[in-house]
Amino acid sequence: MTDLAHAEEAGVPVPLTTRKDWSSDQEVRWCPGCGDYSILSAVQMLMPDLGVRRESTVFLSGIGCAARFPYYMNTYGMHSIHGRAPAIATGLATTRPDLDVWVVTGDGDSLSIGGNHLIHALRRNVNITILLFNNQIYGLTKGQYSPTSEVAKVTKSTPFGSLEQPFNPLSLALGAEATFVARTHDMDRKHMIETFRRAHAHGGASFVEIYQNCNVFNDGAFEEITGKEHRSDMLIPLVHGEPIRFGAEAEHGVVLHRDGSVEVVEVADVGEPALLVHDEHRDNPGLAFQLSRLSRGPYEPTPIGVFRDVERPEYGAGMSRQIEESKAKRGPGDLHALLRSGSSWTVD
Amino acid sequence: MSDTTTDPKSPHPIDRVVIRFAGDSGDGMQLAGDRFTTTSALLGNDLATFPDFPAEIRAPAGTLAGVSAFQVHISDHDISTPGDSPNVLVAMNPAALRANIDSLPGGATVIVNVDAFEERNLAKAGYEADPLGDGSLSAYTVYEVPMTSITTEVSKDAGVKPRDAERSKNFFALGLISWLYTRPIEATIGWIGEKYAGKPLVMEANLRAFKAGYHFGETAELFESSYEVKPAVLAPGEYVNITGNTATAWGLIAASTRSGLPLFLGTYPITPASDILHELSKHKQFGVRTFQAEDEISGIGAALGAAFGGALGVTTTSGPGIDLKSETMGLAISLELPLLIIDIQRGGPSTGLPTKTEQADLLHAMYGRHGEAPLPIVAAKTPSHCFEATMEAVRLAVKFRTPVMLLSDGYLANGTEPWRLPDLDDLPAIDPSFATETNHTDSDGQEVFWPYIRDEETLARPWAPPGVPGLEHRIGGLEKADGSGNVAYDGPNHERMTRLRAAKIAGIARDIPPTEVDDEDGAEVLVIGWGSTYGAIAAGVQRVRARGHRVAQAHLVHLNPFPADLGAVLGRYKRVLVPEVNLGQLSRLLRAEYLVDTVSFTQVQGIPFRAAAMEAAIIHQIEGMTDIATDTPGDLLAVVPGGAPTTPTRPSGNANGAVGGSGTGKATATGEPNRTGDGHARPTANPTPPTGKVSE
Ligand code: SF4
Repeated sequence: MTDLAHAEEAGVPVPLTTRKDWSSDQEVRWCPGCGDYSILSAVQMLMPDLGVRRESTVFLSGIGCAARFPYYMNTYGMHSIHGRAPAIATGLATTRPDLDVWVVTGDGDSLSIGGNHLIHALRRNVNITILLFNNQIYGLTKGQYSPTSEVAKVTKSTPFGSLEQPFNPLSLALGAEATFVARTHDMDRKHMIETFRRAHAHGGASFVEIYQNCNVFNDGAFEEITGKEHRSDMLIPLVHGEPIRFGAEAEHGVVLHRDGSVEVVEVADVGEPALLVHDEHRDNPGLAFQLSRLSRGPYEPTPIGVFRDVERPEYGAGMSRQIEESKAKRGPGDLHALLRSGSSWTVD
Repeated sequence: MSDTTTDPKSPHPIDRVVIRFAGDSGDGMQLAGDRFTTTSALLGNDLATFPDFPAEIRAPAGTLAGVSAFQVHISDHDISTPGDSPNVLVAMNPAALRANIDSLPGGATVIVNVDAFEERNLAKAGYEADPLGDGSLSAYTVYEVPMTSITTEVSKDAGVKPRDAERSKNFFALGLISWLYTRPIEATIGWIGEKYAGKPLVMEANLRAFKAGYHFGETAELFESSYEVKPAVLAPGEYVNITGNTATAWGLIAASTRSGLPLFLGTYPITPASDILHELSKHKQFGVRTFQAEDEISGIGAALGAAFGGALGVTTTSGPGIDLKSETMGLAISLELPLLIIDIQRGGPSTGLPTKTEQADLLHAMYGRHGEAPLPIVAAKTPSHCFEATMEAVRLAVKFRTPVMLLSDGYLANGTEPWRLPDLDDLPAIDPSFATETNHTDSDGQEVFWPYIRDEETLARPWAPPGVPGLEHRIGGLEKADGSGNVAYDGPNHERMTRLRAAKIAGIARDIPPTEVDDEDGAEVLVIGWGSTYGAIAAGVQRVRARGHRVAQAHLVHLNPFPADLGAVLGRYKRVLVPEVNLGQLSRLLRAEYLVDTVSFTQVQGIPFRAAAMEAAIIHQIEGMTDIATDTPGDLLAVVPGGAPTTPTRPSGNANGAVGGSGTGKATATGEPNRTGDGHARPTANPTPPTGKVSE
């Protein structure tokens, strides 16, 4: 990419920006009251803080309500096809390690039609930040159940109730060998910003599930846990190195049983030392997996924050390293020599 | 071949020979054939090869399903096909004999590994009686050679287990054929030494077997003579023997080097395309990135992502993968980004014939996407031409900011021919000319970048990979406003964009060379083909000319758009014959585009056309110009309805969508539409039902 005017390579300092600099001139067209608005503002508010360049930032998306996101960011962007954004991002991120590549997706986009691309991007640890807007419904196609909808959900396509066990997106990501897994929700801008910041800082693939309210087709899906008045009792903030506690008085906590299961308890009953101390960096994802399943749905106390953040070689960096090693060993590519790498003969 | 010589010591000169090595999948026939080819290439013969192997990696040993063969045609003059039928068959077991004997002309030589002709193997091959003893091979010269036992015997004291030693019998066969055709053995001895350096016992067994085979020929007094095929007179230059897939991979590297665009291959393993991935993954010193994706969709998706980032994005596959990639091709057409999709065609539909060749994806390439979604199509015609065709496809993709489809096929992919290496300075220039500055002043007087402002001449839009401040832009699969590229749903804009996209691709006709016609004054028949039929058509044309007839030949490399002069070229001939390994796809396109009365000649047997069949089809057309031939049922020539029609007739196939008709190796005359009052075409002649096979 030597042809491109690279401000970064030229040593030009990152210009100071404001939220406005990151907003495109396009009118935002989600339904009034949609949770997507608050996620967009959280991202736009975070960007000036990250010390990154607009021209080196790319937002990619697939199809769905969330997928309109790139149009509203004043960066490079692509609104692609249903479910394929992680695949497209893989090609972009591995050929352009200098870029910050974000993937914006939804539960239908990346857990249904694009499930395969999601799990493989996570497994490979491609250097991308994936924001999954989970509203447990198909919004853009007007209200069919999604792979995260609860069992027995009545929708346009399931008038007698859906029969399908939903995916737990975090369990799925952990099972797919993800190195960074987090959850946040659209009602808490500060928590979103902090979670996105951590996801961006992570080298390799970061996966963030965002509970997002679709006020038109699935209004209040997360209300029982994200509503202001319920939050303290229903959301369990995970803080690395701290005992897992929640509640207005931090009166609830989480313990780890000998059989490997986790459970919500009253701190008064077990005492603080008995509480599970959160460790994002555990190499074994087993405990993070248990925490991801602590709640059976958005009606029970549910952990939010960073579940897992471990280091593993990043895919694109590995590719670049092999190229550098080959060049060092064999010298830079020589076309003349390549064409003669088999047996050649000369006719006079 | 059949002449004998009185002096057994001096090789008998012959001008060409076709040899077919056939054995079990595990017998190493591809390797033996490949080594024989390399030696012949180094010797300076012209050559063409045709590896023919089963889809199963290891079908049950000894069965017909497991037979793997490698055919090589070597010559002292310019040749273009691997040969219609072998002069020599090397059969390592009864199944190999049975699977191939029908393709041999009478008088051909058959060399069998007699050790393998025991009861169990005969039964597995479906022989009730030993063909070596029942006189059924009396039309051939049969040599029975105990290959297995000699091979095991010579390695007895080398410390190799007899079972392992036996596996070297392909080298015995290679040694024997090397003697028979006076090939130098040093190169192969050196190659064995290098290849098996890490396995000294295997190396020793192979060396001993190879030498034993060579000496057997010399001393066994079984053969009357050895033969010699002198070097061909080829244009001066440096040559290599190359497969289509290697040429394609090298073409990609050359295009990357010439353009300065880093090469990114996103692909999923599939026969017969995987060798391009294998080859490219070896050459990382060129900055090549190869990505083995989770599926075909991801392969092209990643390639498109790389293209968005300013790389040379490429995906390789075969028909089944093209089905899956169509969606992303549509996006690439909408995004107007350079992207190369390489389809190594194989027999379809569905899984079809994975290891056999076919060229039946042309209409898929042309039309296989929803919406008005045109893209340029380039097709390679010979194994070495894959290099040039690849570079041309990349050139068009980059210049016109469009996905381009490159068509190759299983025959080109695995077949080889000598390739005169090009002068690197003569390779086409490919200039990415990335956007570097804003290109529009908006209503507030601000300098902005609009991603869909087009170059007036090419109608291409700017390619602006991320990284340049001020050029930030968003693109997507939704319809875009002409110029700004913002999402736009209004009808008139959609019509304008649809027509612009079509005009851009159609305009490529101004950028490609005119149709190359190999004409002879007075020729009234034009044979026009595309892709891998080139060799067979050229050979057929040569034979026809040798018989004193006139015929013209053209071969299309650009299939969308066609060369600008193609309509005029077609109009110059009384009859246009279109041979294809499909049911008449190019023929249909030519009819639709130029209202020309093409005659479709088709075959779909997983193998290339034979020169003899081509010759017969051409002759039939030539004769049809002046008189109406009487057709013999069962003959290739018979299937032209009512002989060669002097009054053009509407093909009945148009009623049901088939142009070339069905059946094997048959020519079907199709005629000018017979328009009726209601504007609908009505069939006026019944085509003869498919009969018989290609007669050789
Ligand atoms: S349908 Fe739901 S998710 Fe989509 S924009 Fe409207 S509220 Fe938001």
